[in-house]
Amino acid sequence: MAGHSAQLDAKTLWGGKESPFQTSYGKLMMWFFLVSDALTFSGLLIAYGFTRHNAQDAWPIGEETFNSMPFLGHGYPLLYVALMTFILIVSSVTMVLAVEAGHRMDRKGVTKWMIATVIGGFFFLGSQAWEWSHFIHGSEFGKIELSDGSVAIVKGHFGEINSFTVLEAGKKHKVGAVIKEDLMHQFQHAAELGHLEAGKIHLADGSVAKINKAHDHDMKLIIKKSGKLYQVGGKEIKGKKAEQLYYESLYSGEKNRVIYGANMKQNEYGPQQYAQFFFFITGFHGFHVFSGVIINILILLGVLSGTYHKRGHYEMVEKTGLYWHFVDLVWVFVFTFFYLL
Amino acid sequence: MERDDLIEYSLHGHHDEAKGKEIRSKIYKVTILLTLITIIEVFIGASIKQSSDWWTTVKIIFILLTLLKAGYIVMVFMHLGDERKYLRNVILIPYFIFVLYLIFIALWEGTAVGKVWETMWQ
Repeated sequence: MAGHSAQLDAKTLWGGKESPFQTSYGKLMMWFFLVSDALTFSGLLIAYGFTRHNAQDAWPIGEETFNSMPFLGHGYPLLYVALMTFILIVSSVTMVLAVEAGHRMDRKGVTKWMIATVIGGFFFLGSQAWEWSHFIHGSEFGKIELSDGSVAIVKGHFGEINSFTVLEAGKKHKVGAVIKEDLMHQFQHAAELGHLEAGKIHLADGSVAKINKAHDHDMKLIIKKSGKLYQVGGKEIKGKKAEQLYYESLYSGEKNRVIYGANMKQNEYGPQQYAQFFFFITGFHGFHVFSGVIINILILLGVLSGTYHKRGHYEMVEKTGLYWHFVDLVWVFVFTFFYLL
Repeated sequence: MERDDLIEYSLHGHHDEAKGKEIRSKIYKVTILLTLITIIEVFIGASIKQSSDWWTTVKIIFILLTLLKAGYIVMVFMHLGDERKYLRNVILIPYFIFVLYLIFIALWEGTAVGKVWETMWQ
């Protein structure tokens, strides 16, 4: 904060003896680095907006895709991302408090707030890991290709699978055996391969089993790719009709009619580019947070060992602070353009 | 050899407890403001659907609120508001020149590319 140094006229500032910015070399370079980094993120977000604009209605909507909370399940649109935003803002605040304490040469204060900042950073990273894992594993319903060729995402409450009762023996299971483990995983795997038919599942060992499953509730199909009968942007298909269409496709015995979760080739949320942008932008940001936490820890060690106190100023804390605030700043934009709009 | 003609700008940031109190109260105020903006954004996002007639207005509100948030983070948390005018301009002006150009070109070319993609996927 060079602002409250004495008022200097242009002649003194630009005369050559003083820095016209009244700022140290390190801080200036940190700012220049941040400008270039900000341009990188701007490029990514503008590319995202560009692709999204072209894809129109096929693009997923944030509140439909991100509506889960840890321990609570579904039905909480955007709350989790908002919480992540709040965590990052708070850790930005603790950082600015550390910088302020540094300006008063208050070593204890700097230590306290730096520790808080590092903890906040870890919380954010943990949240992002959860978010990624959730995004990759996907929902229970997945995205389905309907009989008319249209593609729909599915919302609602998935009735729990209680067990499989073996009807025809395979290499591993005998007739009449009841399978109670790893049901959801086997079910989704079989669905992707087209190994389901009218309430029956063909297991990996060659046996055929009856699926004992509770009823689904409030099923809703949202069309993301137009087919012969159903169009993007058309009316949502609800209730019995939705269930009939969904299970018709799921039990069709054809491969790749349903997609669960996301990978680099396909995802259940929308066009292929959607997941790629998600992985790249939030991944690139997450990598910045990760390196920010590491740098914060190194600076914290410097504070603890008294390096900066001996130096007479805590400008290193201020410089890393700039980086850390920048990470927060980027997240504010990612939050808006990726999740809200 | 020690040089005595170098100015230690890092010391300019130092202030006393009274000034510190003032700065801290400003920090807390901005924190509350940023949190409120986030809550408002989530509330609007969760309550107004994208198919609604209001969506264009909502989009503009989102972008304005985001810019407001970004402004507070850069000017208060990153202290850019307290730096010299020259430094502020050196940071902000080149950035905005590039980004506005990029947005312009994406919107301008986007229409043309959109048409090509449409025919490609049919």
